[in-house]
Amino acid sequence: MDLSGLLAQLLNGMQYGLLLFLISSGLTLIFGVMGVINLAHGSLFMIGAYAAFVITGWTGALWLALPAALIGGALFGALLERGLFRHFYRREHLDQVLLTFALILLFEEARSALLGNDFHSVQVPALLDFSVPVTPDFAYSAYRLAVLGACVLVALLMFLGLERTRLGSAVRAAAEKPEMVELLGLDARRIHMAVFALGTALAMLAGALAAPLQSVYPNMGDGFLIISFVVVVVGGVGSVAGAFWGALLIGLVDTLGKAYLPEVAGLAVYVLMAAVLLWRPSGLFAPARG
Amino acid sequence: MTALAAEGLTRRFGGLTAVDSVSLTLSVGELHAVIGPNGAGKSTLVNLLAGELRPSAGRILLGGEDVTTWPTWRRARRGIGRSFQRTNLLRDMSAHENARLAAQAAAFGPGRWLRDAGRDAASLAEAARVLERVGLLGRADAVAGTLSHGELRLLEIAMALANRPAVLLLDEPLAGMGPEESEPVGALLRDLARDHALLLIEHDMDVVFAVADRVTVMVDGRVLEHGVPTAIRASAAVRDAYLGHGA
Amino acid sequence: MLVAGRRGSLLLALAALLVAALPLFASNYHLQLASTALVAAMFALSLQLVVGGAGMVSLGHAAFFGIGAYAIHLLPAGISIALTLPAAMALAAIAALAVGALSLRTRGFFFLMTTLAFGQMLFFVFHDTPLGGGKDGVFITRPALELFGLAWEIPRRQRAAAMLWINLGLLAAMYVGLALLMRTLFGRALLGIRGNEDRMRALGYDTRTVKLAAFVLAGALAGVAGHCQAMTEAFVTPEMLAWHHGAEALLMILLGGLGALHGPILGAFAYVGLGEASTLITERQRLVEGLVILAVVLALPRGLAGIGRGWRR
Repeated sequence: MDLSGLLAQLLNGMQYGLLLFLISSGLTLIFGVMGVINLAHGSLFMIGAYAAFVITGWTGALWLALPAALIGGALFGALLERGLFRHFYRREHLDQVLLTFALILLFEEARSALLGNDFHSVQVPALLDFSVPVTPDFAYSAYRLAVLGACVLVALLMFLGLERTRLGSAVRAAAEKPEMVELLGLDARRIHMAVFALGTALAMLAGALAAPLQSVYPNMGDGFLIISFVVVVVGGVGSVAGAFWGALLIGLVDTLGKAYLPEVAGLAVYVLMAAVLLWRPSGLFAPARG
Repeated sequence: MTALAAEGLTRRFGGLTAVDSVSLTLSVGELHAVIGPNGAGKSTLVNLLAGELRPSAGRILLGGEDVTTWPTWRRARRGIGRSFQRTNLLRDMSAHENARLAAQAAAFGPGRWLRDAGRDAASLAEAARVLERVGLLGRADAVAGTLSHGELRLLEIAMALANRPAVLLLDEPLAGMGPEESEPVGALLRDLARDHALLLIEHDMDVVFAVADRVTVMVDGRVLEHGVPTAIRASAAVRDAYLGHGA
Repeated sequence: MLVAGRRGSLLLALAALLVAALPLFASNYHLQLASTALVAAMFALSLQLVVGGAGMVSLGHAAFFGIGAYAIHLLPAGISIALTLPAAMALAAIAALAVGALSLRTRGFFFLMTTLAFGQMLFFVFHDTPLGGGKDGVFITRPALELFGLAWEIPRRQRAAAMLWINLGLLAAMYVGLALLMRTLFGRALLGIRGNEDRMRALGYDTRTVKLAAFVLAGALAGVAGHCQAMTEAFVTPEMLAWHHGAEALLMILLGGLGALHGPILGAFAYVGLGEASTLITERQRLVEGLVILAVVLALPRGLAGIGRGWRR
């Protein structure tokens, strides 16, 4: 086996996995704390990617798109939570599923009305448009390395935030045992809004980061949504650490599978999920719970 | 005769030991009450005995047979009836239909799934029997959602009685009842203890001391005391534990 | 889940007669539209067994519909419907057994996520491998209408009417079968599980096996619906397996009413009718669909069946 090729695939897999982590950590926190499955979470990723496309189109600078996706995502998430989701926490699953399915349709329709149905590509920032020699005979895209670094940074900040801040520990408590929020006398509304804003911001940031790596196209959030579900099932729900390790595992399995076993690669992650369901139905990295 | 025995039953959640090597035996003809402050592990104990949770250690014998690894439904079919702390029945169905659903569990075996539910005479009779036993026969046709809180608690007990289980696990059957309602239920519990091995989880000490044959006091997952009501009432350790927990 | 009483059944039977009489006065286009609604009704009705019957929300149901459709493509061209229909049911049931056995190890939203993921896996099988004949779909030869050696040759002009009658007959059979099923011990057990699964286990019901049986039966019936669509349109496409298609069936169920067995039939006709009416106003189908869902979820939580009276148990 070609060693530099393997190294490239490993790096690609980690980078894909870390992007998946940005999406699935929000999904798992929103589910863990509020008990809502947001099917439109993939659409938020799509919106982030289109935001990057539009902003780099105007300004030529992807740098501006990243904070815009983060801040805009947080505001948009807070707005969605207040205006819509808050009223659905106690509704039946079916209602929540259909509400968020409707959001997918409306987001996609808005995208189609405003920006059309074409595929677009987003330029890698000029500053990072080169390759870094990793070994003497292997160089790797600087932008991909930067994405890797950015995702690791976000993951670290998230862990620190969850471990070290008051709000963070409240969110963790709520994700593991939603009834804890009331017991500890915490302001549930504030926590809910913060979690939703964070999840939305991360999904949109992931979209903006991913935009130069692949095309920007209609329904691009769909595939990411479903793979993120696989991540959450494999990692264990409500656990950010579970989402992290699950995302890395899925990212590597999918990327290496596509590189070395292309005939069956599309199925590899689902087979992995089936194995996890058989072996540990509550997820590989789930915290012990009653 | 011992109907159900727990030996060294332990259940851990992460770092927390909710039930810590609890042993007890239930015999037909005896009302065994488990009391203890909130968080003592009483509900976890019921869930372990019923099969909703697997013990981390210890074993459970039902009629002498080791059922530790059996799922809930299999234990139920072998003779465990259980009521829940929170009343949650099928609210749009009548009391009789709720009871019938409980009774039909016996008929619901392999190869009999497609039997017409309305023609299953045995379950009709069994539903009527259990409703009568708890004194709800007069309200059989009332929709469950319209029953009073006390009546719902009785229906809850009636469903646990279906198909004559040897063991009854009743989780706070008196919860939310006023003194006037709870007195006849106390008498019902005494009556049920004649032909069942009855485990009663209860908060109200007065009721427990009035009806129980034996009392187990749990604190922090462990058995603190075990004995007849008069001995428990006199125990200094129990008094300390209860006062210490502010219950 | 309620089954329509005497008056409700009479109304349903009258509606069925009306649909059966359509070929007397409706155009071919409208006959095809009616067939679309009948197939959608079969699909939503099969899903109702899982959602309204056992209280489980599955997002992977379209996969079984699609497998039923592709059964015709996978079998030799032009063989009898007496072979293709059972084969469609069997293949869909096997897939549902595999997906259900794994997904039912989880509950609630986990179940939803795993059914969605496995459904998508099956979508990829037909989308990306040679098995399905390509991602753009393939034209198929309709199965022959022969039973016990008796063949029914249909002139091209009357094909839309014939398809309508077959679809109507199968939908009616499916509805009556499920209505009878709800009266059995199995049906009662399903209702109990929907109301309170923990309680049913404590009463001695093996709830996981009951749920799996319902899931597999629903999968087989979705296979019938898929078979009918493929037969009606002489075309199969991987989109039949896409999860959006399954979400549409959930919408039909919610539109028609979660609590009634006939709800999905009302919902399917309303959904197809709304879609058709909206094409007069706008090209943007997704906008209409999204707004309809919002309206139903926000304003009509009991569905169309909740509006009408006279539907009794």
